[in-house]
Amino acid sequence: MPSPGTPRRSRHRFGKRMFTGWAVLVYLVLYLPIVVVVIFAFNQPTTVPHGASPCSVDPSRMGNVTVWNGGTTCWFHTALNDPTYVPAVKTSFWIAFRASLIATVLGTAAALALARMKQRWRVPFDVLVYLTLVVPEIVIAVASLIFFVQAHNNLSIFPTLGENTILLGQIVFSASLVMLIVRARFVGMGSSLEEASFDLGGGPIATFRQVTLPRLLPAVIAGALLSFTFSFDDYVLPAFTNGTVNTWPIVVYSAVRFGVTPAVNALATMMLVVTVTLILITGLVLRRSGASDLTGAPPPTIP
Amino acid sequence: MATETIQPPKRSPRRRSFAPRYPGWLTAPSLIYYMIFFLGPLAILVVFSVATQAGFGSVSYTFSTSQFQALNDPLYIKVFRQTMLMAAGGTALTIAIGYPVAYWMSRYLTRYKTLALLLVIVPFWTSFLIRTYALKIILDPQGYLAHFVEWTGISNQFNVLYTGKAVAIGLAYNYLPLLILPVYASLERMDWKLVEAATDLGASPFKAFRQITLPLTLPGLITGALLVFIPMCGEYVIPQLLGGGQFAFVGTVIGSNFLGAQNWPFGSAMAIAFMVLLSIFVVIYIAFATREEQFGA
Repeated sequence: MPSPGTPRRSRHRFGKRMFTGWAVLVYLVLYLPIVVVVIFAFNQPTTVPHGASPCSVDPSRMGNVTVWNGGTTCWFHTALNDPTYVPAVKTSFWIAFRASLIATVLGTAAALALARMKQRWRVPFDVLVYLTLVVPEIVIAVASLIFFVQAHNNLSIFPTLGENTILLGQIVFSASLVMLIVRARFVGMGSSLEEASFDLGGGPIATFRQVTLPRLLPAVIAGALLSFTFSFDDYVLPAFTNGTVNTWPIVVYSAVRFGVTPAVNALATMMLVVTVTLILITGLVLRRSGASDLTGAPPPTIP
Repeated sequence: MATETIQPPKRSPRRRSFAPRYPGWLTAPSLIYYMIFFLGPLAILVVFSVATQAGFGSVSYTFSTSQFQALNDPLYIKVFRQTMLMAAGGTALTIAIGYPVAYWMSRYLTRYKTLALLLVIVPFWTSFLIRTYALKIILDPQGYLAHFVEWTGISNQFNVLYTGKAVAIGLAYNYLPLLILPVYASLERMDWKLVEAATDLGASPFKAFRQITLPLTLPGLITGALLVFIPMCGEYVIPQLLGGGQFAFVGTVIGSNFLGAQNWPFGSAMAIAFMVLLSIFVVIYIAFATREEQFGA
């Protein structure tokens, strides 16, 4: 005798299959571009003169490198010896490192004070923080361009367009990012352990060092890493405030617009390996902090 | 006075909180920083938007609304409208792709929910430009996808790159996690027993979805939709790379007034007008996000 639940269960199973199929398809499409980049890092130009290295072909004679023409590994060598690529990556890394360091200090300090501040003071600050996240980057980019040009013309302490103006501009967004992450963790932690530390005679500095900071650290590190990735990958703001400095996204952008060689793919592949390593580290850190709900929940709203 | 002596002494709060407070001055560094490097640029942007161009690359500081009047031109109104429409199309595509994925995670996954969420985010930790470039390879009219589509006979001319379609695909691809996460969060908060009850009472799965799941997750869906719509409107790179520069967004026009045309006052006015327009959506977003927080948990 068929059980009464059978038709529904089979329908449920059918629905489950449909949704699983769709999800698998979406995941494949999500990862497809990354796979493509890695594969085409090993691509050859359409025609290689007999006896020549595939990587010695002039970019203008490369033909169509968006179809597979045969494999080579020489692009990795070419990429590492390119006069612009590696310096650009170094510049980006150095800017992102400093930006995330300063943003982490600014953001963490503000997050600590804000979390238990009176609403009257907190709300205007919150509005400011959300503004920094909501204003389109292109608007901030052009505004920063005008600002830095004018500021340098009138006050010589302001830097000329270059590495430092990129850095100063990026810290705004990064500090807000760190602030949100650290604050969510700080509020979630509760204050009982800090109260205990106070009761036991710990001063504010000792309490911060021995109680608050160790528990907050995973969120601080997560915030620092996030703001590092943001800075490193940022194109729009540096495109306007770079002066003559080349960052890695700027190099990639012009390469994409005016013809990419597989060398860009090769360098991107090498960086992918580094990024995946960083992600794994961050994943472990996030797991320990239990901050996974940070990404899932809608952002805390202005009361 | 007698009345004063009768009044009970001011009561100290019954429960004194021993919660240590971090001093308010800790916010000072970031506050000063925002004042200089965020509000400063925005203020000077406003100044420039009412200034006038005086020769190539120099401005005279006046108070004139001529830049804003120049915006009221069919050409620029078209750019604004096109941007909104493209962003709306991109948002719709993102919802069509992302909602079922979020639904699948929440409804059918048990042990691997976190992993599934993480796998949605991971691709976005690689370089955005490189991924967009890879989309260009994939959508190339002489690429493998084009051959495949022409071979299957769906279309005999695969011309997607450098059209609105490519821009919409690029937008949907890059903003997918931003939609999936809030929708997933609202699906997780929903009580699936309600759906079970509805189907027990004879509703078809589709009807149960339409009458229960969709209304209950609508605030999350709208929040997510605005969360992708707002930045999509301000997109600068995707329309340039995948639209081939032929597909103007407000952001690209603003940018070209600074990098190419060197008409800073006009570009500033356009940026200000754009921010005012977007702020409407931001207000709606805040209203929904707050409401969802109230009803959700």
